[in-house]
Amino acid sequence: MKKKMTAKKIEEAVFKALMKGCALVVFGCLVLIIGTVIIKGIGSMNLDMITKTPEGGYYLGKEGGVLNAIVGSFVLTLSATAIALLMSLPVVLYINVYAKKNSRLATLIRLSLDFLWGIPSIVYGAFGFTVMIFFGITASLLGGIITVSLFILPIMARAMDEVISLVPGELFEASYSLGATKFETALKVITRQTMPGIVSAALIAFGRGVGDAASVLFTAGFSDRIPLSLLQPAATLPLAIFFQLGTPFPEVQERAYASALILTILILIVSVTARFLTARFRRHIIQ
Amino acid sequence: MDAKPHLQVKNLSVSYGTTAALKNISVDIPDKKITAIIGPSGCGKSTLLRAFNRLLEDGDEVSISGQVLVDNEDIYDPRNDITQIRKKMGLLSQKPYPLPMSIFENVAYGPRIHGIKKNRMDETVRHYLTIAGLWEEVKDRLHEPATRLSIGQQQRLCLARGLAVEPEIILADEPTSALDPKSSQKIEAEFKVLKNDYTIIIVTHILRQARRLADYVLFIYLGELIEHGPARQIFENPQHEMTKEYIQGIIS
Repeated sequence: MKKKMTAKKIEEAVFKALMKGCALVVFGCLVLIIGTVIIKGIGSMNLDMITKTPEGGYYLGKEGGVLNAIVGSFVLTLSATAIALLMSLPVVLYINVYAKKNSRLATLIRLSLDFLWGIPSIVYGAFGFTVMIFFGITASLLGGIITVSLFILPIMARAMDEVISLVPGELFEASYSLGATKFETALKVITRQTMPGIVSAALIAFGRGVGDAASVLFTAGFSDRIPLSLLQPAATLPLAIFFQLGTPFPEVQERAYASALILTILILIVSVTARFLTARFRRHIIQ
Repeated sequence: MDAKPHLQVKNLSVSYGTTAALKNISVDIPDKKITAIIGPSGCGKSTLLRAFNRLLEDGDEVSISGQVLVDNEDIYDPRNDITQIRKKMGLLSQKPYPLPMSIFENVAYGPRIHGIKKNRMDETVRHYLTIAGLWEEVKDRLHEPATRLSIGQQQRLCLARGLAVEPEIILADEPTSALDPKSSQKIEAEFKVLKNDYTIIIVTHILRQARRLADYVLFIYLGELIEHGPARQIFENPQHEMTKEYIQGIIS
């Protein structure tokens, strides 16, 4: 009897240690990645990097900075996120508020979103490219915005769906029984209740969009200049990293890490700002 | 002048899929009285209450037949505006569900939807919070989130919120089951005052609560309306064997 107990205890201890180990690996990865980017990139980090466009050579000048890519990435992804938000919010509210639970249409939409989620970004890039050729648009900011918004739409919509589908039925009923329509309920109660979730969904989508190289490779193109119209090609940070890292020059490669550092910081700033802005809604949430 | 009661039920049957939840219920609910729906758990008490408010139809595979007449209008008539029907009834659920906004906004939500003027809103909110017996406790923190209130206060806030759309009927689904005894007492006391102006229907499985509050009682067992009548008659001289056994605690 006693022997059995110790065996169980050992088993418990071993598996607990294993799980804890795996959990620590996750944290270790985060530290390693950020550490690498900082250590390798800090040498090339200077004010020029974020205030100037590239100088001294096409694409990968050793002078100047990546302001073109910062502005490009920011404008492109922010616009794409806004478009995706305007598209996914109605979709998600429809399948959660209007469609009956487990209705065929809702199931079909969820399934489609899951499939769309799984399609690799290079395929979105290729698709966007085909559409652009059809409409006679060349690689441009506009092409990039449309492609990236398509690419991040399922990610955003599915993340929102997860949150909105958890809203207790009683909250809907509370609003309905006051004589509110479904639209009023969706707009005034459900979006408020799920605001932090909606923002998280938008952030996840923004993060995916801003960091993706394949979807913008053919659609947004690349340029050393800051685009002045929607129809001009726009540089993006992932592509800047890609091109810089691909050169045989060590000093340009180093700039790739500096660009990666800028990208990481950009995502961090957006994330913190958005969370700060929605803190106000968080305290109203009904548990 | 108007002899007909606000709320009449005629041959109402409800089933979920193939399971019958309510079987051919007909009853008139007396005006400006407290009517208690009693019966064991899972016997259709809540279903009946929710049928009054047309909240059943959002679930899957619900089929409803018969009529529920509110002021002589069949609420299941598709030509009728559902929001106008629901506006006539305030709902209190088992656990209070305030809306995700401030105390003030919770009460203002209904009136705002129904188009009450902005400059009268402060007064309106104050009025209904007072009726629900909450004003003194919250008057200095109207713009705090409703979630900061205690659960008993939240239930009174839900009452104020419901009253603010000026209903004729209050539907309460075991409104004190999540509350502590003190808060329950407050809600019950509210009901006794409110019945002067409103028709109140309360679902409860607490017999003593029904005895304390009810003027009229409906006893439901396995989806059937076994007996209904004035509270005194049901509690002291039930006609039906099953009612007798339930009142005496032989079945529950």
